[in-house]
Amino acid sequence: MKFLGYITAHLWRHKRRSFLTVFSIAVALFLFATLRTVMTSFDSALRASADTRLVVRHAASLVFPLPLAYRDRIRQVQGVTGVSYGNWFGGYYQDPKNQFAQFAVDVPTILDLFPEILLSPEEIAAFRAERNSCIIGQGLARKWGWKRGDTVPISGTIFPGDWRFVVRGIYKGKTTDIDENTLFFHWDYMNEALPAARQDYVGIYWVRTANRDEAASVSARIDALYENSPQPTKTETEKAFQASFISMMGNVSLLLTILGSAILFAIMLVTVNTMMMAARERTTEIAVLKTLGFTDGLVLRLVAAEAILVSVVGGVIGSGAAWLVFLRSDFTANGMFPSFRVIPETLAWGLLLAVAMGLLSGLVPAVQAARLRIAGALRRVA
Amino acid sequence: MTAGGEGKQALILLRDVHKSYYRDKIEIPVLTGVSMTVGAGEFLALMGPSGSGKSTILNLIAGIDTPTRGAIDVAGSSLGTLKPAQLSAWRARNVGFIFQLYNLIPVLTAFQNVELPLLLTKLNGSERKKRVRLALELVGLQDRDHHYPHQLSGGQEQRVAIARAIVGDPTLLVADEPTGDLDAKNAAEVLTLLQRLNREMGKTIVMVTHDPHAAERADAVLHLDKGVLKEQEAARA
Amino acid sequence: MAFIPLAYNVRNLAARRTSTSLTALGIAAVAWVFIFTLALAGGFEAALRTTGSAKNAIVIRNGASSELMSIVSREAADAVAAQPEVARAADGAPLEASELVVIWNLERKSGNTTNVIVRGVTPRSLALRENARLLAGRMFRPGVEEIVVGKMLSERFKHCGLNERIQLAGRVWTVVGILDADGSAYDSEIWGDVELFMPIFDRPVFQNVTLRLDDPSHFEALKKRIEADPRFSLQVRREDEFYAAQSGMMATLLRTLGLFVTLIMALGAVFGALNTMYASVSSRTKEIGTLLALGFSRGAVMLSILIESTILCVFGGLIGCLLALPVRSFTTGTMSFASFSELAFRFQVTPGMLLGGVLFAACMGLVGGFFPARRAARMPITEAVRQA
Ligand SMILES: Nc1ncnc2c1ncn2[C@@H]1O[C@H](COP(=O)(O)OP(=O)(O)OP(=O)(O)O)[C@@H](O)[C@H]1O
Ligand SMILES: [Mg+2]
Repeated sequence: MKFLGYITAHLWRHKRRSFLTVFSIAVALFLFATLRTVMTSFDSALRASADTRLVVRHAASLVFPLPLAYRDRIRQVQGVTGVSYGNWFGGYYQDPKNQFAQFAVDVPTILDLFPEILLSPEEIAAFRAERNSCIIGQGLARKWGWKRGDTVPISGTIFPGDWRFVVRGIYKGKTTDIDENTLFFHWDYMNEALPAARQDYVGIYWVRTANRDEAASVSARIDALYENSPQPTKTETEKAFQASFISMMGNVSLLLTILGSAILFAIMLVTVNTMMMAARERTTEIAVLKTLGFTDGLVLRLVAAEAILVSVVGGVIGSGAAWLVFLRSDFTANGMFPSFRVIPETLAWGLLLAVAMGLLSGLVPAVQAARLRIAGALRRVA
Repeated sequence: MTAGGEGKQALILLRDVHKSYYRDKIEIPVLTGVSMTVGAGEFLALMGPSGSGKSTILNLIAGIDTPTRGAIDVAGSSLGTLKPAQLSAWRARNVGFIFQLYNLIPVLTAFQNVELPLLLTKLNGSERKKRVRLALELVGLQDRDHHYPHQLSGGQEQRVAIARAIVGDPTLLVADEPTGDLDAKNAAEVLTLLQRLNREMGKTIVMVTHDPHAAERADAVLHLDKGVLKEQEAARA
Repeated sequence: MAFIPLAYNVRNLAARRTSTSLTALGIAAVAWVFIFTLALAGGFEAALRTTGSAKNAIVIRNGASSELMSIVSREAADAVAAQPEVARAADGAPLEASELVVIWNLERKSGNTTNVIVRGVTPRSLALRENARLLAGRMFRPGVEEIVVGKMLSERFKHCGLNERIQLAGRVWTVVGILDADGSAYDSEIWGDVELFMPIFDRPVFQNVTLRLDDPSHFEALKKRIEADPRFSLQVRREDEFYAAQSGMMATLLRTLGLFVTLIMALGAVFGALNTMYASVSSRTKEIGTLLALGFSRGAVMLSILIESTILCVFGGLIGCLLALPVRSFTTGTMSFASFSELAFRFQVTPGMLLGGVLFAACMGLVGGFFPARRAARMPITEAVRQA
C-alpha cells in the first residue's frame, strides 16, 4: 500500500474532478439503496410475520367480511391455541392524503396474538379499560406529534363517519421489521356504531397454532368447516397472506430493476469518460513511470486502483447517506411501507456495485496505460 | 563501425544495431548499423543534427525501446533476451533517466518524485526517507522537498529529476539534452553536478546534447549523422 | 457582438468523439428514465381516464369515492332510468345500465393471486362504452353461466382464454368472448349477466347506474334533480371525471417516485457533464486565449461553450427519446387503490413527454456547461496563449 500516496496525490490535486466523480457515483448508489429498500421493505412485512400465525379471510376476497360467529367455531378447531380478529378501517386523518393503517381489533385477545407489539403494563391496562381508546406505533406518534391522552380524529371511508380515539399507549416493535405506523382501536366500539346490517362482521381472523408444522393441517381444518357455506374461508399462514398482498402491487421488482440498471448504466458511462480523460492527460507520466522501472502490470493496477478508490468512496457516501436519511426520516410512502430502512445487505450490495463500477470504469484506461509504449509516448510531448 | 573507449571494462555494448520505424507500412530507417562500446565509469556525450537518431540510441541503451536488428548488452545483460517485466526490473536497478523536460510528476512533491523508484524496492518507509534525503542533499535541494514541480525553477526541477535518477543507485545514467531547456547558468550547474556524479560516485553517463559547451564536460564525444556514427573525436582530458 | 460560429462547437464535439458519445449516452439514459417514469404514470392515468366518456353519467351512493363503496337499490336504479335526460336507444328504451361490481381473487399466469373486478352488466352496457367492442367470440347469453373477459385480463390470468372454463362463486363459467376496451380499465374486467350474478354473488343491490345523456349539457339538470331527491342518497358524476379521479393516489405515488429518481439521477449526470466540459475547456485553453486575443468578447466565448454543452446534452436527450419509443409496447399491471383490484395498462409515451425529455436534457446541458463556460470566459488572455 505504499503506492496509496501516489494515487491519492492525483485525486487530491484534481479536487474538483474527483469531487464531481465521487458524487455522481454517490448519487447512483444512493438511488440504488433507495430502490432496493423499496423491495426489502415489502419483504420486511414477510420477515415480521410469525410462522405460527394464520390468517383467515373470505375465500373470494379480502373485501368480503366473515360473520363474527365463526370465532367460536374456529377456537374449537384442533391445534388452535388462540384467536383474535379485526377489520381494516381504511380511514384518514384530516385529509384523504394522510392515509395510514388503522385496525379495529378485539382488544382482549390481540396483544396475546401479537407479542411483538411492546407496551408498558400501565398502557395495556388503560387501553383495555377504555372503549374509545387506541394505541399507536411510535412512528405515527413521531410523525403527527401525538402523545398519550390526545384525541385523534379519523374520517372513515369504508365505515363512513367521523371517529375519535383517545391515545392510551404508544407501542414499539420488538424488531425493526415490525410496523410502527399503525393505529389499533376497539372493534366493539366500531361495531356498536354501525348500522344493524353491517354489524357483527369481521374482516380477518388471526389464529395461533402451537407450532408451525401444524399450520397446514389447521388451515385445512378451518377451511373445511365452511367449505359449502355462503361465506367460505381461505386460511393461510401470515407469511403467505402478506406475500399475496405484496403480489397485488404488480411487477414492482421488474420496474425497479429496470430503473436501477438504467441509473447505474448512466453514471457508469459518465465515470468511464472521466477516468479516460484523466488517463489521457497522464500519458507522459505513465511513460515516465515505466522508464523508472514500473512494470506494465503495476501501472495497470495503479490506474485501476485509482478508479476503484473513487468509486468506493462514492459508494460509501451514497449508501451511507441513504442509510442515514431513511433512518432519520419517517418516510413510509403514505403508510405503504411498515418501515423504510436500508438493511445491511443493501449496504453490502452497494459497496460491491461500487467496486464493480470502479473496475469497469478503470478497465479501459488501465489497459491502455499497460499497453503504452514508452518511446512513442515520450516523443509525443517532447 | 566501432567507437568508444575500448580501454576500460565495457558497460555498454552495441553491435550492428539497426532501428527502423514504420509509418503506413513504409520503412523509415533511423539507425543503420551502429556499433559502440562505453566503458564503465565513462562520461560520454552524443552529438548530431536533429533527427539523426540520438534519442533513439539513448532509448535503446536505457531499454525503453527495442532495436529492429542487432544486439545490445548493458551492465552485463543482453537486453534482447529479457522479457518485458524483467526489462522493467532491470531498468529500475541499472538505469537512471534524465529528460530534457524534466518530466517530474506534477501532482507529487519533490520528495515524492524522488521516492518513486524506491517504491519498487523492498525498502521500508524510513529507509526510503533516508535515501531520498541523501539524494536531494546531493543535488542541493534538501530544503525543497515539500515543493511541487510548479513551485520550482527549471534548473531546480532538473536537479530533482537527477536526484530521482540516482536515488536507486544505478550504474548508468542516461540524459537526453538535460540542459536543452535551461539558461546558461542553470545549465552549467546541472553539468557540474553530472560531472561530480561521474567523478566522485563513478556513474557511467551517456548524455545527448546540442551544446558544444556541454559536450566539453564529457570524457568523449560521439557524432551521429543520418543513423551512423562519425569518426570518434579525441577524448579530452 | 461577434458570435463564434456554431460549426466550431460541432467540430470540437466531433474531435473528442469518445468523450462526446459517452457523455451523450449518459444523458440519454437520464432522459430515458425521465420518459419511462412519466410513461408509467401516464399509462396508468390514461387507462382510467379513457374508461369514462364525457357523454355518460354515473350514479353512485352519496359519499362513495369508488364503485366498491357504493350501493344503489333497485328502486333507486329504476328512478334514475326514468329521468328525462337519459338518451333513448333505437328501440325507444332508455340507454342505461344498472351494474354490479364485485372483487374476486384470481390466479395470475405467473402463479400468484390478485383481485380483479367482476362486473355484472346488462345488454346495454357494451353500447354505453363507446371504446369497448368484442375482439373475439360473442356476448354472453342472459341467464346462462357465460362471461366475457377483458383482453389484458385474458392474457394475464389463468383459465381466462376464449372457451376456457373458470370457477367463480362456486359455479363454472365459460369464457365466450374477449373484450377490447382500447386500453381502458374494462380490459382488466370480467363481465357477466347482472341478473344472474346478483343471486350467485349474494348481492341484493347494484353498485352503479351508468347512463348516456341525451345531451351532455343536460348533466347539471340531472345531477340537481337526483341528488335533491329525498328518497335516495345518491350522487351523479360525469363518467370521465369519475374514473379519472380514481387514479389519484397510485398515480401520485408513481409520479413522485419518478420525479425523485429522475431529479437525483440528473444531479449525478450533471456532475459528469461538468467534468466533461471542464476537461474540454482546459484542453482548449490556448485556443480560447487565441479567440479572446482575436477580439471575440468574453460573452461570446461563454455563450459558445454553453451552446456546445447544450448541443451535447440535447443530442443525448434525442437518443434517449429514440430509446424510449419502444417503451410504448410495455404493459404492466398494478393495484388501483380505489378499486382494490388489478389494473393492467400500457405505458404511454406522448410527444409532450418526449419534448419534456429533450428540454430536461437541455437544462442539464445549461447547468453542466455554465461553470466551465464562465471559467473559459474569465481566462486571462496572456496566460492562456502562453500555456502549452
Ligand atoms: N515513433 C516513431 N515513429 C516514427 N518515426 C520516428 C519515431 N521515433 C523517431 N522517429 C524518427 O526517427 C528519427 C530520429 O529520431 P530521434 O528522436 O532519435 O532524433 P534526435 O537525434 O534525437 O533528434 P533531436 O535532436 O531533434 O532530438 C527522426 O527522423 C524521427 O522522425
Ligand atoms: Mg532527441
